[in-house]
Amino acid sequence: MSEVAMTGAAVTGTATAELAAPGTVPGAAVAAEGLRKVYQGRRGGAGKAGGLGKAGEVRALDGLSFSVGAGTVFALLGPNGAGKTTTVRILTTLTRPDAGRATVAGIDVLRQPGRVRSVIGAVGQRSGAVSDLTGYENLVLQGKINRMRGKDLRRRVDELLEQFGLTEAARRQVRTYSGGMRRRLDVATALVHSPAVLFLDEPTTGLDPEGRSELWAVLTGLAADAGTTILVTTHYLEEADQFAARIAIVDRGRIVAQGTSDQLKAELQGDSVLLELGDAGQVLQADAALARVAQVRHVTANGAVLRARVADGPRALPAVLAGLEAAGVPVLSVTVARPSLDDVYLHYAGRSFRQAEGITVS
Amino acid sequence: MNFTVMNFARQSWVLLTNRYLRQLYRQPAVIGITLTQPVIWLLLFGALFRNVAEIPGFGGGNYITYLTPGVVIMTALFSASWTGMSYIEDMNSGVMDRFLTAPIPRSVLISATLAYQAVTTVVQSAIIIAIGWGTGATFPGGAGGIAALIGVSVLLALAMAGLSNGLALLSRQRETLIAASTTLVMPLTFLSGAFLSLRLVPGWIAATARYNPVNWAASAGREAIGAHPPWGTVGAYAGFLAVALLVTAAISTRAFRVAQR
Repeated sequence: MSEVAMTGAAVTGTATAELAAPGTVPGAAVAAEGLRKVYQGRRGGAGKAGGLGKAGEVRALDGLSFSVGAGTVFALLGPNGAGKTTTVRILTTLTRPDAGRATVAGIDVLRQPGRVRSVIGAVGQRSGAVSDLTGYENLVLQGKINRMRGKDLRRRVDELLEQFGLTEAARRQVRTYSGGMRRRLDVATALVHSPAVLFLDEPTTGLDPEGRSELWAVLTGLAADAGTTILVTTHYLEEADQFAARIAIVDRGRIVAQGTSDQLKAELQGDSVLLELGDAGQVLQADAALARVAQVRHVTANGAVLRARVADGPRALPAVLAGLEAAGVPVLSVTVARPSLDDVYLHYAGRSFRQAEGITVS
Repeated sequence: MNFTVMNFARQSWVLLTNRYLRQLYRQPAVIGITLTQPVIWLLLFGALFRNVAEIPGFGGGNYITYLTPGVVIMTALFSASWTGMSYIEDMNSGVMDRFLTAPIPRSVLISATLAYQAVTTVVQSAIIIAIGWGTGATFPGGAGGIAALIGVSVLLALAMAGLSNGLALLSRQRETLIAASTTLVMPLTFLSGAFLSLRLVPGWIAATARYNPVNWAASAGREAIGAHPPWGTVGAYAGFLAVALLVTAAISTRAFRVAQR
């Protein structure tokens, strides 16, 4: 924790310099340690249920810890109700944990929430735009709240309108905006004061595929160009896989695994070799042949398709094919599949992602 | 916390002008209702209670003159009781979270809504006074008296607005706020001398009225517009109202913390 403490000291003196180049700050831009949170009885705000006790207690967070490197895109991945929203609400000072501690840009979230608020941007699940105001007015309001004035503010607002493709709509009331435009305005609003850390809670929910990839392009660009640290929650595996530099898998209020997408998959130690047989009647024969191949650990069959789990797909392939040929089993096609993040989720959370989603929905 | 009075005032001003007043300007229906409601009250009550002034013991005089400050105070109370609605809307949308994650103290979120309420109360009170004057009310106390009447109506409105904000933050539900407001506002109004001289009402009502902020405001306002205002009494009532205002503002600021569990 000494690293985080040092970051805190560095930021104290030079808050503005730190805003300009957050990437230069050593250590974690966001650090959470042992966060616990139980909601009593009636659930307040947007806090989500992790597990509902008989007494109406909702254990949202159960000792959650992670850290995010400065200038990176970090995804908290998990099904609805895993505790992602509660985590973001704690880090953005909207709620307090029952136990644990957290720092954002080196500032203690519990001791100095006021200072945290001036270095973060937050985009919640619901739009924060005042719908009677225009897009322009919403941005100006946010800038003034952040003590920006005059020409600097106007320049920044114009820049954001341009960047988020809202220049045309800038003078229209937000109530006339589409869902995608609103979401873009929300992100732009959170960026007015060039925060060091940007939090987004399920920002792509409700967006069409095009809107999603646009938003992700902006976010990855921000991390790369402006050095902004970005923490985003999502329940889309594909998004986390594709865009986040690091992923933490959240399940029932805990982080069950974290690392890069490749690391998480590599830890599973295994690829799948999918073999399509010419004759479904030869499945047993093929199974027996594969059992004799040293690299193959486990075989499952589905009709004429066999799935063989191997440590390293491309390297195991020649031996697999040779074994089948020796047994006289013709193969129509072969595919080597790297593990998906869904496999990873299944491995660490002990249930598949879709299953976990289903459980909380019912 | 480098939180100074200047910052507090500046941030409140930003929210008032860059949000609330602009929002009001975008809602012509709200402006319309805000402006016509007091007219209806004044004309309705003026007609309804026209003969009240002739009841022995009332003290005679022009009932419209008696009624005008009563309607000023009642209107201030009624509109202020809905202040919390905007919080509930903000909590249901993501607007509240947006402001709570921004570097503004909670007290500024309260003070901005109070400032907005003060502006609408001044406008409404001025309209009622103008219409009262047009329909025969007299203001022997002159401009000073009228300013004092508007002043106490604002104090009462802000005290009520603080309470409404607190209720909104704690209940989070429109229905609860509506029920609480209507249950509170009517008895408060009629347990005061807003429409009838307290000399004519049952003893227990007169006794209760002594502790009722609505009655403080109505009495202070009515005394202030009279020929020779007892400024000491008016000042004392205004002081009580200011205390009520501080108490409810503190309650609503506190409610923010409870609401943010």
